[in-house]
Order: sequence, then C-alpha cells, then structure tokens
Amino acid sequence: MPEWVELALRIVAALGAFLVFPLIVGQAEHKVMAHMQGRLGPMKAGGFHGWAQLLADGVKFAQKESIVPAGADRAIFRLAPLVALLPYLFVFLVLPLGPHGLVAQPLDLGLFFVLAILGIGVVGVLMAAWSSANKYSLLGGLRAAAQLLGYEVPLLLAAASPALAAGTLSLPEIVNEWEPWWLLWQFPALLVFFIAGLAEIRRPPFDAPLADSELVFGYLTEYTGLRFAFFLLAEYVGIVVISALTAVLFLGGWQGPLSDSVGWLWTLVKTALVAFVVIWLRVAWPRLRADQIQRFCWLVLVPIALAQLVLTAGVRIALDA
Amino acid sequence: MSQNKPAPGRALFSGLGVTLRNLFRRAHTKQYPDVKPELPARSRGVIALLHENCTSCMLCARECPDWCIYIDSHKETYQPEGAARPRQRNVLDRFAIDYSLCMYCGICVEVCPFDALFWSPEFDYVETDIREMLHEKEKLQSWVATVPPPPVNDANGEPAKELVAAGKAREKAETAPDS
Repeated sequence: MPEWVELALRIVAALGAFLVFPLIVGQAEHKVMAHMQGRLGPMKAGGFHGWAQLLADGVKFAQKESIVPAGADRAIFRLAPLVALLPYLFVFLVLPLGPHGLVAQPLDLGLFFVLAILGIGVVGVLMAAWSSANKYSLLGGLRAAAQLLGYEVPLLLAAASPALAAGTLSLPEIVNEWEPWWLLWQFPALLVFFIAGLAEIRRPPFDAPLADSELVFGYLTEYTGLRFAFFLLAEYVGIVVISALTAVLFLGGWQGPLSDSVGWLWTLVKTALVAFVVIWLRVAWPRLRADQIQRFCWLVLVPIALAQLVLTAGVRIALDA
Repeated sequence: MSQNKPAPGRALFSGLGVTLRNLFRRAHTKQYPDVKPELPARSRGVIALLHENCTSCMLCARECPDWCIYIDSHKETYQPEGAARPRQRNVLDRFAIDYSLCMYCGICVEVCPFDALFWSPEFDYVETDIREMLHEKEKLQSWVATVPPPPVNDANGEPAKELVAAGKAREKAETAPDS
C-alpha cells in the first residue's frame, strides 16, 4: 500500500471516529439520563427507540437561521465555534485504539500534544463570550476563563503522573508500560485527572459557565443554528476525548485478556465506561457554585496531584534503583 | 461531633445509588398515542347516555351546577294491550351535554334515578372548535359501549345495598306464613 493511501485511510478513520463517537455518546446520554429519571427518552425518531434523534437534531439545527447579533464582533463570533470544535479533531489523531500501531498518527510527544491542543478549546470559549456582546455571555465567559485556566493545572499535573511512571510521553508507549497494579498507586491521579477533565469540558457538576438557570446559556446565549450545534458537538467530542484519555492514561487502554486480537475493543469498552460515569454524574449531582469550583480546584485537586507526583517519582526511583 | 449528622459528601454517593437503581427499573412513561391507558371503571372521562333508560325526568339537567345538559321531550299517548284507557309516556327528543361547560363533577350520574347516565373512561374527544364540544344524544349513546363493568365488591367490604335488601326480602317471604 502506498504511503499516501495509508495516510489518507488513517485520517479518514480519525475523522469518522470524530463524527460518530460523539453522536453515540449523545444518544447514550439521552437514554441513560432518561432511564435514570424513570423516563424513556427519545422513542420516535428513526423508529427503533429513537436511534436517529441526534441526526434529526442535526437536520433541525442546519435548517435554523444563524443569527449574528447587531453588536457582535462578526468575524470572531463566526470563528469561535470552529476554534472550540476543531482542536478535538487533532486529539483523535493521536489517541491509540489498539496495539501494533493502531493509531492514526503515533507521536512521541503524544501526551504533550494532546494537552496543548486541549488548551485551544478554551480560546474558542473566550472568543464566543467576548464577541457576543451580551452580558450573560460575558459572565459565562469570565466564569469559563477562571474555571478552565484553574483546572488546567491539576489536569496537567495528574496527566504527568502516568507519563512519569511510564517514562515516556507517547500515548501508545504509556499503555504498553501500564500494568494492572498501577490502578492502585495511580488512583489519586486518575480521580484528579477525571474531575479536572470534567471541569475542562464544562460538564455538570462544573457547568457554572453555562448554568442555564442563572446565565441563560452562558457563552452560548447568542448562538443559534449550525454554530450552536458545533458547540454542542464540541461538548460531546470533549466527553469522548476526556474518557478516552482517562482510559488510555490510567485504565490501561487496550490491555486486557486477548489484547492482541481485540485490544481495540478493550479501549472502546473502557472509554464507554468512563463516558457512562460522565453522564451519570450529570444526572446525580447538582451544580457547584463558581467559588466552590475554584476552592475545590486549588485546595483539593492541586495538592492531591502534587502529592501524587511526589509518590510517582519516589516509586520510580525505588524501582529503578 | 454530633452523632446524627451524616458524614459529609455521603449524599453524593446515595444520589449515585438512587440514579443507578432507577436505571435498571422500568420507566414510568406511558407511550400514550401508541398504547391506550387502562383506566379503572368509573374514571371521569366522558358521560355516556343510555337513552332507553332516560325518562326525561330532568333531574340531571336541574342538578347540573353549570347547566350544561339540554333536554327536550314531549308527551305521547299510547294504548297498551289489555288496558282500559290510553297511557302517557315521555319521549326524549333531545339530550345534549355541552362539554365545553361540563366540569366533570358527576352529579348528573349520581342523581339519575334510572341508570341512564354512566361514566366512561374515554377522554380523547377533543375538538378544534369549542362550539363543537356540544354533543347530542347519538354521540352520547355511542360512548355506552366503552363503559366498563363495575369492579367486583371487595371481599372484606360491606355487601352491596341491593344484595342486603334482596336478602331481607327473601327472609321475610320465607318466614311469612303461606297465604
């Protein structure tokens, strides 16, 4: 197979995952949330248990008028949804699915690349907030800025722990080095990474920047139509990315029985389980206040992440000695 | 430390437990237009008229708190076989209930001495115009078919008044000397 065909195949596969997995997670959220609340959720669209609900939603969004407010900064306002959405596409390129190079683009600096790219999404949120010329958008944007910059710290510190333990920044290599007993001594980092990840993608209980009961819809207040759909899609891609990263960094990715043949399935199962927990927390837990979010970040998560780094470094040195 | 106070954060976990348990229970949703609900007898859906039983006594129309029952009737003489002189009877010309006024109190059903009015559980007879909510006796008659049989008396409850009365009458007849 010529090299460029293979490259094209890998990119198309990553694009496919980027378009399909968020829809699956979104549909799962509809259904899981409904059943946890004693409802059935969508049942009509597509015939069988409303499987086509999100496709119908997409068609609906595409048909709606995309309004740009008169006072808005038009160019920035139009660009923001793409800036919020596209970085995640590049994350999909380096997420390993299975052993033996089953990854769109193996990268030695994979973890570094992923964390750097995730930071760009923050800019998209701020662009949307500033350019909307709406006080609710601005309030939501400021909350988002404080929250996203704050939680970047524990996210990075917690992600550094498995990299330190494995001695590499390459995501496939981290999975290779992973052993089941890591679940124990990396557990604090797992918790911190997962929680900080939730806050980074602004999922409940960290959805104060959106907070529809206080701020209309935060930085998304002025968005309609397809641009709004892009932001929604970004939220669900975010769930997939954070779940997949948690699975790859802390849960051993493709490792499991028969990992040589069905390793990709293990990665998907672990990712799906983490995504289920993300949905579950949204159903069960109330929203934290903006000040509680900051307090929790700086007084709980950051110290735990730092202590975990010390522990990881100590165990590494003891193992190498 | 007070002893009644639960550990901080415990509610977070009990919340997770409740939602997870709910996930594996059947949903409460009724798929209404696809699956009709099973309503118990005497559900206050619509009032059905068995016009053969109606004697045009007007009790229902007079008791109706918002005067939504319209009754027209006329008297007719007829000659029963073997009778010495013709008799009179009421013939029902019109019986209509205006469901845009009806408040479903059920007083007409209670007050009817001849069992001509019944509660039917049918409820989806809404019209697009409020003036079309006035239903004539043919329509009211058509709902009789949807009236379910009354539920059986509770085994531990009081026996029905009719049964008690019939039992007393039988006792009286049996103990009375033959005539």
